Amino acid sequence: MSMPSCPPAFRLPDFRNLGVWLRVLLVANSFLLAAALAGNRTLAALPREAGELAALVEPSLLFTLAVLFVLAPLLQRLPVRLAGLLIVMLAVVATAGIGGLLVQVLGGDNSWRAPLAAGVLAFGMLLWFDLSARAHAPALAEARLAALTARIRPHFLFNSLNAVLGVIREDPRRAETALEELSELFRALMQENRELVPLSDEISLARKYLEIEHLRLGERLRVKWDVSDCPPDVLAPPLLLQPLIENAVYHGIEPATTPGEIYVRLAVKGDRVRIEIDNPWLGESSQRAGNRMALANLRERLMLFYDLEATLDSGVSAGRYRVRIDLPGKRKPRHE
Amino acid sequence: MFRILIVDDEAPARARLRTLLADIAGDVPHQIVGEAGDGLAALELLAGLPPESSADIALVDIRMPRMDGIELAQQLAGLPQPPAVVFVTAYDEFALKAFELAAADYLLKPVRAARLLEALKKARRLAPADTLLQALAPAGRTRLRVVERGNVLLVPVADVLYLRAELKYVTARTAEREHLLEESLAHLETEFSPRFVRIHRNCLVAIDAVVGVVRESEKVGDSDPHWALRLRDVPEHLPVSRRQWPEVKAQLEL
Repeated sequence: MSMPSCPPAFRLPDFRNLGVWLRVLLVANSFLLAAALAGNRTLAALPREAGELAALVEPSLLFTLAVLFVLAPLLQRLPVRLAGLLIVMLAVVATAGIGGLLVQVLGGDNSWRAPLAAGVLAFGMLLWFDLSARAHAPALAEARLAALTARIRPHFLFNSLNAVLGVIREDPRRAETALEELSELFRALMQENRELVPLSDEISLARKYLEIEHLRLGERLRVKWDVSDCPPDVLAPPLLLQPLIENAVYHGIEPATTPGEIYVRLAVKGDRVRIEIDNPWLGESSQRAGNRMALANLRERLMLFYDLEATLDSGVSAGRYRVRIDLPGKRKPRHE
Repeated sequence: MFRILIVDDEAPARARLRTLLADIAGDVPHQIVGEAGDGLAALELLAGLPPESSADIALVDIRMPRMDGIELAQQLAGLPQPPAVVFVTAYDEFALKAFELAAADYLLKPVRAARLLEALKKARRLAPADTLLQALAPAGRTRLRVVERGNVLLVPVADVLYLRAELKYVTARTAEREHLLEESLAHLETEFSPRFVRIHRNCLVAIDAVVGVVRESEKVGDSDPHWALRLRDVPEHLPVSRRQWPEVKAQLEL
């Protein structure tokens, strides 16, 4: 699931959406009624006249919608302006063709007005759908960001609580620190994570997380940090580091029979920040679908924060699984 | 007096179970026969215990390195006196669903004393349910447990060419050698049913190991010859009993 780099100039509605259908039908039929009213001479004749008009218009309207329903995936792939033009033409041709046929059967005047009105109506509705989609877009991005913001695995929460309970009588102090760390971690997770944060915050959060994991895994978990080339005030998306390290623990340490090392390296070069995390590679079965999903999720968050300016790639080399992120190194404005 | 085995890869989680067991010792007298950090270690531990002091309840974590809790339960099910397994897990939607379906007992981490007590009281009635294992691991085991001089070996099922019952034991033949199993041929036949075909009262053959069929007669001039199978990697021919021949023929698509 990748997002287009910038919003397209024009957007097509989803022709398989019931709401879109309802709106099209509502607007078209309001026009129909208005047209019937305009041509109306006596009020008593109105229902009959509107009915006749509907009999002429409704089949071509439904036909157009049905065609759009079938062709929706195809239209989404076309250049958007071309697709828009095709839709308008479809409305005109359908109205002219079906309307013309019906006129011959039912009688009435076969004029150029109906196809023209259909074309104008189709064009107007496309514009309207586009506008309303634009109006909703920022809210959409925000909702997606909130949904994507890493949620800690329930597995981790319950195992950690169990581990704290496991040491609470033998080593109350250790249990105390662990609970403090756990609450810090959850405070960070429950915040609204919409703004970039200093990388130093990210590092301290990740360290708290690792402290808790250390309680559970003991000697099995070793972590090496390399943050010497990283100014602490460089900004990064919130909750970027912790989920990556959590992944490394889950896939690279927990299933391993021998102790393993996670290597975290943060460096700033020029105006770019590079984050590298690697863990022992235990084979395809242990670094599985869950990991891919987590990475896809992070990738999308990076897209929402930096558009195309950030990259994330991952791969296996020399028995280690590595994730690398490259970000533009923004800094906090001095005045605040 | 319960004899309990604790299997979890996390030291604090094992400590937690120990503490809770000590707390409820008044209600459920028990003895902890051992603790293991993964499934394989648990099997090794059990192999080293004399039968009379073996475990009768195993508290088993699901996610562990080397051999996870599900495979351990499968391996335990093949023991002559399998302990009842109570799974202990933090969160695993898939497994929990299977437990619910099979109405098996499990403990959620963080474990609570009252629940542990309840589970132990129920555990005697819990056989390692075949339906549960079926739901958790529909394909059956991928490895067979072999105990050799106190060590536990795991032989991949895919390597086994045939299984033959001899007196008390079942032998599993691989290309390299033979292994003695402590399981019954009937149990193995049901568990791995499409993979092996029964060719004789005492013999199951891996269908994909069969490379040919030969006609053999026991004595010179025997008017009633029988069929035997040739397998890859081993010289011996395995006789097919007259009774099994139609079934074997169908399975091998002859």
